[in-house]
Amino acid sequence: MAAALAPVVDKAALFEFLTRTGDNTLILGHRVSEWCGHSPVLEEDIALANTALDLIGQTQLWLGLAGEVEGKGRSADDLAYLRDAAEFRNVLLVERPNGDFGFTLMRQFLFDAWHFELLTALAGSKDPRVAEIAAKSLKEVAYHLERSADLVIRLGDGTPESRKRMQDALDELWSYTGELFIGDASDDVLAEAGVAPHPASLKDKWSVVVSRTLAEATLKVPTSSYVHKGGKRGVHTEHLGFILAEMQFLQRAYPGATW
Amino acid sequence: MSRPVLPSVDQVRQWLSEVPDPEIPVISLTDLGIIRDVAWDGDTLVVTVTPTYSGCPATSIINLDIEQALRDRGIEKLRLDRRLSPPWTTDWISAEGREKLRAYGIAPPVEGTAADGRLAARVERLASGSNLVIPCPRCGSSRTEMVSRFGSTPCKASWRCTECLEPFDYFKCI
Ligand SMILES: [Zn+2]
Repeated sequence: MAAALAPVVDKAALFEFLTRTGDNTLILGHRVSEWCGHSPVLEEDIALANTALDLIGQTQLWLGLAGEVEGKGRSADDLAYLRDAAEFRNVLLVERPNGDFGFTLMRQFLFDAWHFELLTALAGSKDPRVAEIAAKSLKEVAYHLERSADLVIRLGDGTPESRKRMQDALDELWSYTGELFIGDASDDVLAEAGVAPHPASLKDKWSVVVSRTLAEATLKVPTSSYVHKGGKRGVHTEHLGFILAEMQFLQRAYPGATW
Repeated sequence: MSRPVLPSVDQVRQWLSEVPDPEIPVISLTDLGIIRDVAWDGDTLVVTVTPTYSGCPATSIINLDIEQALRDRGIEKLRLDRRLSPPWTTDWISAEGREKLRAYGIAPPVEGTAADGRLAARVERLASGSNLVIPCPRCGSSRTEMVSRFGSTPCKASWRCTECLEPFDYFKCI
């Protein structure tokens, strides 16, 4: 397989990118899994649990590759269970608490629309290891996007109560979407090498899908341009600590426990 | 000192075609299309497997089942490789596998619906709903509707028939 060699890029930049990608799916997967047994109807309970499962499966691939690239013998599990909050690189959007069902769905939709564009670009990565994980995940995420967009429209263009809740969710979450498109020095390195798209390059396509869907949902796109950011460099809201406390409890209390 | 004769690759495929999928035991691993390659590397048998859904909990069980089945047939040196690319698609489920699914009460994937072209088309027709006709696996009626895009396992969606009123599973197309 000599033809398919990955371009040589700064190891630290690639590790940073892989943990960002894997931490987004890990933390959102964990958040969505919190619904298990609590959804308004059984079908949605199952749908949320399956979405969470896909995201956790993708996390294993991304963080597995991150550990391999880092070369210090850390597995995907080590990265998920044994890092502290400041070492997590997920965007703030995915650590927002679930709120009501509509809030969870709106967060999922805004994320899915971005995730779909990211993976579409990554499927053409010059690093074949990145490209194959992206191509695999993309099929699942296309499925997620189809569902979350459909529900945003049904609830937005629904009863006055459901419409109000979806608009409130959108207004609250909007300022967390900007971080998805902000790049830094390590993003520049990877974009230069053709390993990953520059975050800013995803914005136009994302905006088209989002504005079209929100229009059909009869929801108003917020005009505020304020951006909450920090997650990508490890500066998180207090919510991440609570997620990790629950997620990492077992491995922290009983190091090396298996089943 | 006589070297034992290694079973042929076709023989190994035949054995694997008798290993059931752990979640839908009416179809085999070869029906599912996840066995991507069988080859001998010297005297080590290498079976290349691709995962179905990336978070599918059955993936590790499948590997154990393959190992068990081949050890039972006397294979001593065995390696299981994971191959992600090209990613698995429901289009790889065999015609025989589709028939077995239908007979079991699971509507098989409609051929060609998981092609890459559809992926792009999905974004276009985001919420317009599916115009696919999925016949009821019980009564054959085409008067069916989707209840949820997800179902009891990662590979299924939930549908119902408005003719015989029975709910049924549809194989989730990716
Ligand atoms: Zn029927």
